Amino acid sequence: MTGQLAPLDPSLALQLDDIHKSFDHTQVLQGIDLAVAPHEVICLIGASGSGKSTLLRCINLLEEVDQGRIGFFGEDITDGTVDVNLVRRQIGIVFQSFNLFPHMTVLQNLTLAPIRVLHKPRPQAEAEADALLRQLGLLDKRREYPDRLSGGQQQRAAIARALAMQPRLMLLDEVTSALDPELVAEVLNVIRALAQAGMTMVIATHEMSFARDIASRVCFLDGGVILEQGTPEQIFRQPSQERTQRFLQSIIDAGRL
Amino acid sequence: MLSDPDGLETGPLVVAGGPPPTSLGGGRSRAQGGRRAVIISTVSTIVILGVLLGGFFFAPGSAVVRQTFFNLKDARTAFFGDPKIGIFSEGSALLLNIAMFLSAEVLILILAMVIAMVRQLRGPVSFPFRMLAIAYTDFFRGVPLILVIYAIGFGVPALYLAGISYASVFVYGEAALVLSYSAYVSEVYRAGIESVHPSQVAAARSLGLSQWQSMRSVVIPQAVRRVIPPLLNDFISLQKDTALVSVLGVIEVNRAAGIVSSTDFNYTGYTVAALLFLLLTVPLARFTDFLIARDRRRRQAGIARG
Repeated sequence: MTGQLAPLDPSLALQLDDIHKSFDHTQVLQGIDLAVAPHEVICLIGASGSGKSTLLRCINLLEEVDQGRIGFFGEDITDGTVDVNLVRRQIGIVFQSFNLFPHMTVLQNLTLAPIRVLHKPRPQAEAEADALLRQLGLLDKRREYPDRLSGGQQQRAAIARALAMQPRLMLLDEVTSALDPELVAEVLNVIRALAQAGMTMVIATHEMSFARDIASRVCFLDGGVILEQGTPEQIFRQPSQERTQRFLQSIIDAGRL
Repeated sequence: MLSDPDGLETGPLVVAGGPPPTSLGGGRSRAQGGRRAVIISTVSTIVILGVLLGGFFFAPGSAVVRQTFFNLKDARTAFFGDPKIGIFSEGSALLLNIAMFLSAEVLILILAMVIAMVRQLRGPVSFPFRMLAIAYTDFFRGVPLILVIYAIGFGVPALYLAGISYASVFVYGEAALVLSYSAYVSEVYRAGIESVHPSQVAAARSLGLSQWQSMRSVVIPQAVRRVIPPLLNDFISLQKDTALVSVLGVIEVNRAAGIVSSTDFNYTGYTVAALLFLLLTVPLARFTDFLIARDRRRRQAGIARG
């Protein structure tokens, strides 16, 4: 099977070929194709249940794909022989529900993986973590436990935790969906800064105006496939597919665009 | 004791839940409601204690029971011992119980954790280990502790195995306690491990931590924190079950009490033994309650904040 496929393109940060994934008898992903160049910011939009989160979890190998392959800078990470831990440390993921470790301080959350996985000396890991926390405006919270932080602060800490591994690709899974409206902006600003710094990102989001601002490309997921993709201009101004139009209309009707 | 602190809390609530204030004469303050609750709880405590003590003191056999179970002179002899008539001191025998449960607790915490982790192993290679761990917990939770004590205390020496068949009865008793309680405690651990949300593991794995590293740094620390109260509850039970080891001839409190009673035909020694066990278990019980209450306060604070 692999022999028949064209070799993966090492100049692409991420290359998805015909990804299929089902849970029990529900087909969630039914053939996703996507190529992401370094420094691109891809926004995945689509209704709840359209497979955005599943796709991100597959890229991070938190879910095993049923069919298809995933290339990461030219390396097939789905062929079963790769060291998943080695792959995951290069791909950061941020979850909707933060998933900070509640028994650790913010600083410990950030340094755990650099120390345990990358075997960095603690002083170095802490210095790097402090630098990240300063950038994200959390330096004064370094000794706090997550439950003492606001949702926006927790999500920024979770982003910092992923960045502490110096990933080559960041996956953001509806990172503002669990936040109170007034806390959304502080998190989006962090992501915007990341995009400007050239971080390659795949972002599942319901924040359409944010996607329009930040995305180099917008992909509309529907029925387990990418039904339509293009620049934000194309997707939000003149979507060619009727389903995309209907989805965007429903967002506009809800006053979210 | 009589001025039940809870009474102060529930007093105003009772008033609030009762008839409207106007029918109570109106303007009843919280302090008045609280005072009323204190009075009620005091009276009710006196009445109930009175009934119990009355039943005890006016029973036809009261004098005999007081003489055989609550004799102050015999209590003193039982506690301090009397070497001249071959009576062991229950006070110093207690040290043996303490030594037994303290060392057993350390071993139980370790063995139980190993068993709980083996049960969490995934993959076909670990199947036999998983099955062994399940069989272990099923067996030692299912067999009464006293039978385990007999089996180890009398069975192992009978094997005449170099190294393990020539230990002291203390060691056999302790081994039985560890084997039996580790089965319970491993289930407590397991419940804790399974209560940690899978998203925590996903977060750890997504950072590149291996399954073992995620377990060690993320799951186990959270799990252990959650199970401390039920764990201490098992340890309270362990503390008094050290008495069962007396069947092997270890002269711990229970055995010492038996020697007292069969020497001077008075059961006061057993009463002293019971008091000594209470002395051990009640502080730990209160400490456990304290931890549970603190945990609940923290969680409620967390909910309020979230």
